[in-house]
Amino acid sequence: MTDIAALTGDGPIRHRQGDAAAARVRRRYRAEARFKAYGIAALVVTTVFLVVLLADILVKGMPAFTQHSVTLSVPVPAEGFGDRSVSAIRGADYFPITRDALKAAIPGIESRSGERTLTRLLSTGAPDVLRDRLVANPSLIGTTVQVPLLLSDDADLYFKGVGTRIDSRAARGTATPSGTTGEITIESTAGDFGADLATVRKAIAQQVLRLTAEADRAQSSGATDAVARVAALREEIATLRTRLDDPKSQEELDSKAPSLLVAINDGLVKITKLSDTAVSGDVLLPLSSADPAGAGAWRVVTYLTPESNRKVTDQDVAFLERFKDLGAVHRDFNWLFFSSGDSREPELAGIRGALVGTALTLLVTLALCVPIGVLAAVYLEEFASKNNLTALIEVNINNLAAVPSIVFGLLGLAVFLNFFALPRSAPLVGGLVLALLVLPTIIIAARAALKAVPPSIKEAALGVGASHQQAVFHHVLPLAMPGIMTGTIIGMAHALGETAPLLMIGMIAFIVDVPAGLTDAATVLPVQIYLWSDLPEVAFQAKTAATIIVLLLFLFVMNGMAIWLRKKFERRW
Amino acid sequence: MAGYYFLVVAVLVLAGFFVGRLRAQGLVMGARGGALHSLPAYHGLLTAAAALVPMLLVFAVAMPVVNHLAISNALDYFDPQVAADPLQRGAALREVQNVAAGQYGGGEQSTVLKTAAASYASTLHWGHWVVFATGVGLALVGILFILSRISAQFRSRNYFERFVLVVLVACAAVAILTTIGIVFSVLFETYRFFFDTSLKGRPTVSEFLFGTEWNPQAAMRADQGDIRTAFGFIPLLTGTLLITSIAICVAGPLGLFSAIYLSEYASRRVRAWVKPVLEILAGIPTVVLGFFAALTVAPLIRGWGEYFGLDVASESALAAGLVMGMMIIPFISSLSDDVINAVPQSLRDGAYALGATKSETIRKVVLPAALPGIVSAFMLAISRAIGETMIVVMAAGLAANLTFNPLDAVTTITVQIKTILVGDQEFDSAKTLAAFALGFVLFFVTLMLNLIALHIVNKYREQYD
Repeated sequence: MTDIAALTGDGPIRHRQGDAAAARVRRRYRAEARFKAYGIAALVVTTVFLVVLLADILVKGMPAFTQHSVTLSVPVPAEGFGDRSVSAIRGADYFPITRDALKAAIPGIESRSGERTLTRLLSTGAPDVLRDRLVANPSLIGTTVQVPLLLSDDADLYFKGVGTRIDSRAARGTATPSGTTGEITIESTAGDFGADLATVRKAIAQQVLRLTAEADRAQSSGATDAVARVAALREEIATLRTRLDDPKSQEELDSKAPSLLVAINDGLVKITKLSDTAVSGDVLLPLSSADPAGAGAWRVVTYLTPESNRKVTDQDVAFLERFKDLGAVHRDFNWLFFSSGDSREPELAGIRGALVGTALTLLVTLALCVPIGVLAAVYLEEFASKNNLTALIEVNINNLAAVPSIVFGLLGLAVFLNFFALPRSAPLVGGLVLALLVLPTIIIAARAALKAVPPSIKEAALGVGASHQQAVFHHVLPLAMPGIMTGTIIGMAHALGETAPLLMIGMIAFIVDVPAGLTDAATVLPVQIYLWSDLPEVAFQAKTAATIIVLLLFLFVMNGMAIWLRKKFERRW
Repeated sequence: MAGYYFLVVAVLVLAGFFVGRLRAQGLVMGARGGALHSLPAYHGLLTAAAALVPMLLVFAVAMPVVNHLAISNALDYFDPQVAADPLQRGAALREVQNVAAGQYGGGEQSTVLKTAAASYASTLHWGHWVVFATGVGLALVGILFILSRISAQFRSRNYFERFVLVVLVACAAVAILTTIGIVFSVLFETYRFFFDTSLKGRPTVSEFLFGTEWNPQAAMRADQGDIRTAFGFIPLLTGTLLITSIAICVAGPLGLFSAIYLSEYASRRVRAWVKPVLEILAGIPTVVLGFFAALTVAPLIRGWGEYFGLDVASESALAAGLVMGMMIIPFISSLSDDVINAVPQSLRDGAYALGATKSETIRKVVLPAALPGIVSAFMLAISRAIGETMIVVMAAGLAANLTFNPLDAVTTITVQIKTILVGDQEFDSAKTLAAFALGFVLFFVTLMLNLIALHIVNKYREQYD
């Protein structure tokens, strides 16, 4: 003991070893904690991704389930409906009727462009409601009808918040407009526009600073065209300076800045030129009179999003806000989304065609792959002898389960369309291809279910004299049925979400009509999603997300059913 | 027509069943009970099968013949040139069919069209009647034949079971037929792509395999002869590999660590919560992920790129790869989970007995033991990523850039197949056939990956069972 102590200096060795060992243990425990944290982090990342994905789609898609319309009293003229038969009423021209109703709702719009803007706010399908009502009840002709008219996609989006925020403040001075329509000037006794002018001037001052810096940079860069460039910049700066220095100058507003408007005498004026006490601009909504308005009786309104950054013009916004003030705008559940086929107009497009197409396609798939899949599984599990053919079939099934789905599309294209000359875009062919695609899934699930039935059941049946087939079909198969059904539903859910092979066989055409049969041209939900996601209109983006929500709902219901079946019929032998 | 035919099939099959059973029951009534070899229902089933089989066979064989006859009869009225040119032929045929169906909307009908349509309609009409009569006749013959054979000693059950067995084997053979169908459809068109001498612009095999330029869209008409068509496969391969490797870089660690945590650390309650998350993720259709990639992830990455002063393509490989990685996380995780669970507990216990911590046990004992299975899980995941279509169609580009920069736009094999084949296509242009050649490559590569992976799994399973 003492020798060792002498050899290693003072202090017991064991203590130091303990130190190192403790450090090592601590390090190992830290590594342990780190390792565990990696696992948790992986799960958290995956969960976060799923949550973000679902939330993103929900946020994008929910607005598409409602739609705005404007309810107007529409006077229906007595003429223009021919003999008032159903076909004459259907064929009548409804555009002027709705246009006149719109003009009546906002009186004083005389200009052609104002009229065009007004009618453009309505969807091209807006008069359909009126038509359907008159067809259902021809006695309404010649009376005034309250009809909800569908708004166009841009107007609809405006009310859903994709437009602009509006600020408004009461004015202090007394304002005198110079007219009621066209281009007018408004004089205010107090400096009501001083603040706005200051904002505009501040922007100009900033631009002067920016340009000065640029001129300095150009001067010091020494490039060949620097001299000319600097001269041009200096000139621009000088112009801006004079504008800044002149206190009486009028500043022009452009569409890159927030829009400034004056609400006066029931009208609305968009300001184009601005000075401290006077503005001039275009009348968007006609004024009721040119009388002076006292302090507090008129307001200065700002549309905060610059006009160039939104789809709706100031004129559109003015009309829409007026409709809203009239209490005519309603937000309703978008039944059209579920009751109409595809359309080029986002507000009219619906998923009925895709829903019916999906149902027909899955019907074909179900009718084919359940019998074939279950019988194949019964053969492989119960009757097949262990020979090369059986081995080949098994390898085949396992491989088919992993073949990319687009390859099944190639098969459908080359064999079903090209060789058998079946119709393109038809649910029949789609169903055939999907059946081949999910067949391996169903065979594998059915085999597992058959395997889970204990052999004693079959042996008992055989023991009381049943034939092999009787034992299987009367006893084993019914007991395996819940498992087979679970597998079938999961397979169908897989088929429901499949897109690529259906693109190959042409189920991608733009189809307005709802398919009526197995050989009609059709599309399915996932393909509809793909088609709409490609379109440039913002409104279609929401429709796409809404379709995804519908598709995911179907999938959740199907998978929920599968889980419920499994729970209910699960049996431990 | 088909609807009525199958209605008659159903009626005859039901009738056959009941007649056969009645006949057998009549035998029992006449003689003493219990003397039948088979139960009466088996006699009924056999009679029904005797009606079903000839009717289905007649339909499957005769209907295409009738259609073909009607078409060739109708085309006889047109110019021989029309029949020779596939495009004109198709157009003429559509017109004839529309006229025959009474849906012709194109104004004046020529006499040729009228007579052709009349001939088409009458051929179809008579042909359908012949098919109908033959089917019903054969079914009745079948029913009568079985009825005449039914007796107490007739072994209906054995015959019927033999029939059922044939049906079972046929169902199982569908899997083989599908594979054969796939192989032949891609192989045949691929062969034409490389070796059909009448094909303009076809590449040689080495041009295809080693060419670095992919441009199948160029027109092949004479007046646009300057534009070079190129079928070089390399840019597609690198694009596919780039996106796949991004996906594996994302999904590999995440999936593997998820699997490790779930199988080794997680309590029963955590598992009950987390497993559904992975299952939901696995069940989300790829078109939904593609939408997410194209409209949310890609702009996000582009925005970040701009923030850091990087030039990011709006259809960057990174966005497609990231989302594809998310898609295969559940795949890797569930397969790895299975193999990790299959490692015998005794190996773990041995490591614990030596004083190893849990993570040391996992890293030094469990993972090496499960390695073959994990490797095969990764191979299956790679095969799935290579074959995935919708995410890349929606989020990756069309331009075949030869690059390894994940911020650039690249294209993949599946994107090109989809782009070429969507819409109308003729089967005698090199462009269309190129898609089949790509499909062949895709099928071959994924098949090899799957076969090797399955082989590894099977070999590994034998070790511990």
